[in-house]
This record gives sequence, C-alpha cells and structure tokens, in this order.
Amino acid sequence: MGEALLSVKNLSVEFSTYGRTTAVLHNVSLDIPAHSHVALVGESGSGKTVTMKAIMGLLRTPPARIPNGEIFFEGRDVLKLPPRMRAGLRGTAMSMVFQDPMSSLNPVFTVQDQMGTILKYADRRLGRDRSKKERLARVAEVLSQVRMREPERVMRSFPVMLSGGMRQRVLIAMALLSEPRLLIADEPGTALDVTTQAQILKLLRDLVEERDLALLMITHNLGVVRETSSYVYVMNKGVIVEERPTAELFASPREDYTKSLIAAVPRLTGGTRYGTREVAS
Amino acid sequence: MSEFDPTVAPDDARRLSNAYQNWYRFSRNPTAVIGAAIIVIVVLAAIFAPWITPYPDHVGAVVDFRARHLPPSFEHWFGTDNVGRDIFTRVIFGFRISLELAVVVLGLAVPFGTVMGLLAGYFGGWTETIIMRVTDIALAIPPLVMALAVSAVLSPSLVHAMLAIAALWWTWHTRLIYSITRQIRSQEFVEAAEMMGASKFHILFREILPNCVSALSVKTSLDAGFVILVGAALSFLGLGVQPPAPDLGTMVATGSQFLPDRWWESVLPGMAILFISLGFNLLGDGLRDLFDVEDV
Amino acid sequence: MEFTLFLVKRVLWSILVLVGLSMVIFLIARVVPGDPARMALGPTATEQQVTDLRHNLGLDQPMVTQYGMFIAGLAQGDLGRSLLTERAVVSDIRSTFSATFELVLSTIIVAFVFGLPLGVAAARFKDKWPDNLVRFVAILSAVTPGFFLALLLQILAGYVLHILPTTGRLPPGMDFTGGVTGLLVVDGLLAGRFDVVGEALRYLLLPSIALAAATMGQIARITRSSMIDVSKQDYIEAARAFGVPERLRVFKYMLRPSFVPPLTILGLEFASLIGNAFVVELVFSWPGMAAYGIRTILQKDLNAVMGVVMVSGVFFVLVNLVIDVLVGLVDPRVRIRGGRQ
Repeated sequence: MGEALLSVKNLSVEFSTYGRTTAVLHNVSLDIPAHSHVALVGESGSGKTVTMKAIMGLLRTPPARIPNGEIFFEGRDVLKLPPRMRAGLRGTAMSMVFQDPMSSLNPVFTVQDQMGTILKYADRRLGRDRSKKERLARVAEVLSQVRMREPERVMRSFPVMLSGGMRQRVLIAMALLSEPRLLIADEPGTALDVTTQAQILKLLRDLVEERDLALLMITHNLGVVRETSSYVYVMNKGVIVEERPTAELFASPREDYTKSLIAAVPRLTGGTRYGTREVAS
Repeated sequence: MSEFDPTVAPDDARRLSNAYQNWYRFSRNPTAVIGAAIIVIVVLAAIFAPWITPYPDHVGAVVDFRARHLPPSFEHWFGTDNVGRDIFTRVIFGFRISLELAVVVLGLAVPFGTVMGLLAGYFGGWTETIIMRVTDIALAIPPLVMALAVSAVLSPSLVHAMLAIAALWWTWHTRLIYSITRQIRSQEFVEAAEMMGASKFHILFREILPNCVSALSVKTSLDAGFVILVGAALSFLGLGVQPPAPDLGTMVATGSQFLPDRWWESVLPGMAILFISLGFNLLGDGLRDLFDVEDV
Repeated sequence: MEFTLFLVKRVLWSILVLVGLSMVIFLIARVVPGDPARMALGPTATEQQVTDLRHNLGLDQPMVTQYGMFIAGLAQGDLGRSLLTERAVVSDIRSTFSATFELVLSTIIVAFVFGLPLGVAAARFKDKWPDNLVRFVAILSAVTPGFFLALLLQILAGYVLHILPTTGRLPPGMDFTGGVTGLLVVDGLLAGRFDVVGEALRYLLLPSIALAAATMGQIARITRSSMIDVSKQDYIEAARAFGVPERLRVFKYMLRPSFVPPLTILGLEFASLIGNAFVVELVFSWPGMAAYGIRTILQKDLNAVMGVVMVSGVFFVLVNLVIDVLVGLVDPRVRIRGGRQ
C-alpha cells in the first residue's frame, strides 16, 4: 500500500464537562493511503465525528483533551504542530465536506463571495497570489468539476435559491478549491433524498479517481459504504472494532457488532444481501 | 475487543425530577432570583403598607406646613414634599397604585390577547386575517399616545388610562401566542388529538395553551414592568392618577419643580419606579433564560 | 424581481394599516361624551351659535358621511381645523413635526451607533466582564422611566456640570429659519451656517440620549443574543474549518446575519419611542409635535389630537416600511419568502 497519507495512531480523546471526564475515543488507529477511498462507519455517538474533528484540528480543547495518540499527515504529527500551522493545513492540504447543505452555507452571502473568501485565505496560507478575477475563474472551474450546470449563475446565487443537491455540490467544490490531498466527507448526502444522494456519492467516487485525492467517508449507512469505499473501519463506542477491505467485511464479518450493523441494512427481500444470517445475540 | 466499555454511565447521573431541576436552575440564576426578591418585597410592602409606614395618613389631603421640604432624615427616611407629607410613606402606597395598574391592565390584556392568538393561530383563514390585521393597526399606535388621546376624550383618571393601555396591550400577546400556536398546530400530538375527536376547546386549551405557558410568563413579567413605566409616564404628564393620590409618576412631576436643590422629592419616587420595573424585568429575563424561550 | 413584489406587498399592508388607523382614530374622537362644538365655544355661547358651529364642522351628519369627509380631508392633507385656534391642524403640526423628527432620527442613530457595538462586544466576551457590564447597563436603561432619565440628565449636565443646555433647540437669540428640511443640522450644513450646526447638535445631545437609552439597551441585548445564535450555526463552524480568519468570521460572516433582529426590534420599539418622545420633549421643552399634542390634549382640542395620533401612526408605518426594505436587503431569505414574519 505504501506510506499512508494519513495515519492515526492510538488516539484517545476525553471530554470534561461540569467536572466530569468522559472518554470518547480510546486508542483509535487508522490509516488512509494516498488515492484511496476509506470509510469510517458507526452509529451516532460512536465517536466517528470526534475522530474526524480531531484529524481536522477542529476540536476545541477545552473541553476536549487528547491524553495520548498521534496523527501523522504526510509524515508529520499534526498534533505537535503549532496552532497556526495546523490551521494552515485546513482547507488546503486536508479539507472537509460538511454534512448538512442547508445549514453549512451562510445564507446572506452569495456562493462566489463565500468561495472566493475561502480561496483568498487559502492562497495566503500557501503563499500564492491571485487576483480577484483569477479567483472567480478558479471558483467557476471547480464548480464545473463537481458537475454543476451553469456555474456562473450558481456563483451569483444565494444559498436559499439552490436545491439541496446543488448546495451539497457547492460544499464539495469549496473543499476542492485548493486541491487538497485528503478529503473528509461527513455523512455525504444524508440530508438529501436517495436519488440525489446517489448522484453525490457517484460524484465523490469520480473525483477520487480523477485526481490525486484520498477520501475518508464518515457514515452510518453501510449501504453507502459498499458502493463506494475500498476499505472500512467499523467503530463502536469510541473504539475501532473491525477493519477490513470492503468486500471481505461484507462477505465474512468477524465481530458481532459488524454483523448486527450489516443485518440492520434494510433489504426489500428481507435478510441480508449475502443470504439470511443469524444475528448473534 | 478491549476491556474499556464506556457504556455504563457514572453513578451520579441520575434523573432528577423536572420540578426539582427547574427550581435548581432558577435558584442558580441570579437575575431571576433578584427579580423575584424585588417583586416579593414590593408586593409585601404594598399589601402591608398601612402597618409598615410611619405616616399612613399622609396619603390623603394632609398638609403640614412646618414640615415642608425636609431632606431625608431619621424621622422622614425619604424626606418630605412640598406640603409636608412623608415621601417614604407615599412611595410605599404608590407601590399599590403601580401594582394595581399592572394587575388590571394585564389581567385584561393577557387573557383576551391569548385567546385571540389561539384563535388566529389555530383556525387560520378569515379569523386569522382579521385578528392579525387588527393587531397590526393597534401596534401602530404608541400606547402612551393612545392613553393620552383617551384622556383627552374622556377625562384623566387611572381607570381610563388602564383601559386605554389594556385596549392596545393585548395585541402583543396575541402575536406571541399566534406564532407559537402556528408552530405547534402542525405537530403530531395536535393531529392525534384532532383525530381522536377532541373538541376544539380541548385542543386549544388543553393541548396548545400549556405549551405557551413559558413564553407567556416571560412576556407577562416583562410587560408588568413596561406597563408600570407607561403608567408612570402618564401620571407624570398629569393625565393619569390625580393628586392627592400618592402615585409615583405624579410625585416625580410635582417634585421636579424643586430640582436640583430638593432632589429627594423627585429622585426618590423615580428610583422607586425604577425599582419595581427592574424587579419585573429581571424576573422576566431570568424566566426567559430558564425556559430557554427565544422570541419574546 | 422578487424584491419588487416584496416591496409592493409591504406597501399595500402599510396602506391597509393606515386606513384602519384612521377609522380607529375617527371612532375615538366621535364617540365622545359631550359636544365638541359646545366645548369649543364654551358655556357662554348661545344655542344658535353651537348649532351653527356643529353644522359648519359637519357634526350633524351621519357617522359614515363624517368619516367620508374625514378621509377626503386626509387625502388632501387636511386634518381639519383646530377647535381652539381655528388654524389648520396640518400647519400647526407641520411646524412642530420637524423638531420631533430630528429628535427621533438622532435618537435612532445614537441607539444603533452605541447599541450595536455594545451587543457585538457582549457576544464576543460572553460571560466575561464586558458582557455582564453591557447586560447590566442594558437592563438598567430598559427599566429607567424615560422622564426620569431626562430629569436626571438635565440636572447632571445642565445644572451640576453646566456643560450642556437643557431646554430648546437653539440658544436664545440665535435665529435660523427658512431651512429646507426642517432639520436644523441638515439645513445648517446646507446653508453653510456651521455655528447653527454646532449649536443644534449641542442642544440635541441630551434629549437624544434620554430618549435613546431604552432602545439602545434593547438593541444591545438583541444584537448580543443574535450574534450568539449565529456563532453556533454550522456555517460559521464551516468557515472556521476552511481557514477563514477569526476577524473576518466575526465582522463579516457573523455580523451580517445578526443585523436582522435588531432592525426588527427597532420597528416594534418605534411605537414606544414615539410615546417616550412625548415625555422627553416636555422635560427638555423641545418644540416638537409631542408638546403640541399634550397642550391640545389638555385643552381637549379633538381635531388636533386626532391629527397628532394620525401623524404618529403614519410615522410608525413608514418607519416600519423602511425597516422592512432594509431587512430585505440584508437577508435574501426574506426577499424570497416575502416578509419578515
């Protein structure tokens, strides 16, 4: 597989509120090779969002605390970086696609205003100099890369004027502006209807193939995982319980938790895709 | 699988009863507590006024020309006014008038406004349009101006002032209840009640209204403070309570002639108004924090 | 395009409200116990004189006709004749309205100029001392009776410290008439009379502060809670995730969506503002419409009173219209949805 682009080693995270400390992640380890498509699966409350935030450096410490662990990105432990440099990576080398397209876009600014601003500051962090015109051109370019029809019109629109699917594409485009090497997608498409979600997932797949991009997909939906990822980490209550290549996981899941997750995916015919399985009690 | 299993919650995360939780949060909220304390003080003082004031007869047409314009002292805590009456006594009795004003106005405005809001929010259609248009119109008239106009048309008195203010005030509550009702109307428990054949009365008063209580209590508390301010402004202008009744606003007006030397005659009653209004405001704020109500 | 539609709807609403307002005012004035004509002429007039006056004023017509006359008069800008001074109410009001307008305008400016930054600061330093200070001041200003504050300011600045004037709009002896707008500051600037501008501002300061206090407190509090709400929104977190620097996040991304509640509050508060203006004008002897209104109320000059109430109502409706437009400009969702509610 080669040296991993992102390597999380024995990461633990605690939250302390009102004087009590709760462990949220316990010795979590995962590797994301370059140009791969990895999924992190778990129910709500399993800790997958915290993992994502830890990787991106979005955890607020306090109330969060990282008692042990390392996060290596391109060989460097980002946890040891000064905050400025850590922030410098965000939006440039590693980027995030937010979950809810309705609430993740500022309603009072146009798309080009928001994307232009993001690009402007990303450029500054990378030491790049672009004129406003060039920035807008890049915005239009990225919007068409996410298969957006009429990029110019979308750019001038306010989020309220766009459909859910279009807004999700805008969020993806935002993440791609500075050509990140790692893209983390947080529950992509869950806020949308199934058909639109399928389009978004296909888009993400294509994007990974077309460029030098690694994708970490956070989701609770196993059906999504089967369609898209090549490697899966299953998480439960702050711990990684199983990690396998996707096909193997579905063919012969080892852990009981994984089995129950698979069994929980609704199928029209009843039972799982791989034949009826006893759910271990 | 590691031995670590964070599913078990720590022992002390027990569920506490709702009322206890509310009381706990209330008592931790300094604004609410202070506000409630102030109001309790004012109400008790008003109720027991004749027994706790040093010169209870000074609320009438008493004059004592030798004791005029005395500054605050041990015999007269707040000093005396221009005809020799003890200001402290009159202020305490003034509490009565202010509270009376608040109770009457809100006692009329809140129930009426609430019912209107429920009707407008639940039934929609013409009911809604008419009621909401009327509130729009009423909101365009400043309460003070309305009270002034009514005073001109009828005659200046406390009753007229109260009626005038109440006639406008109900609209605020209507709008509040209306917006809450609209939000709730489409929720499932209302639909469930409808399907079970509950009467409209039942739905309005047993399902929707209880959900309005928190917002209502916040608004009523805040309103009490504002109504008292409006009433005081009216009396200050000479159009509310007539002398020699010990109304705080009138006292400020009469006392203001003697500023700045005999400051106590106007400043102290003014601070009393501030005190009452502060109490209601703090309580309302505290309740708002407690119930986590936003759009009041 | 949607914006024009939005505007049209608002204008129509405003007209409707004004019509309703005129009906209410009319009803109040006409449902008077007592005879306006008799009251105007006094007890010494003869029955014939009273009847004649009643006829002249159209008081012997049926209600509906009277209302029609009233509306017709309104449409032409005629508010009837003052029962006492016999002058057209409109001209009386016009000469005094500009003073009130200037006061109210400067009050709004003061309230926003101080209220907004205070609210932002309070949100920024939430739960620390600036926040508590702002909240304390805001509550205090909301509970202080307007007239009381006016009196206190008068004593303090005028008598104790002797730095600011306490009555009127201009120093006695300084004369300035013939302005275009009736706003002394504006007219003074236009005419190049900077001495007038300076004095007008000095005289404007205390009354504006007295009037602005309560509103400023409300604006500060609403801005604070609005900013806090916005700061919790996903899109702010997203901006952080994308590396938008904090300064920009606060002053651009959080500020603009936070503008709407304070504006809306101003619209609702405006009625109280006009009401308080009555009291403040009295205390500072400000020659505005409110003082005129109080005089006529005490004299039971009904036409004048109705005129004042009507003008107040129109003022309120217009201000709310302007606010609606501003809100629509700031927040595109409102434009599309077609309304503040």
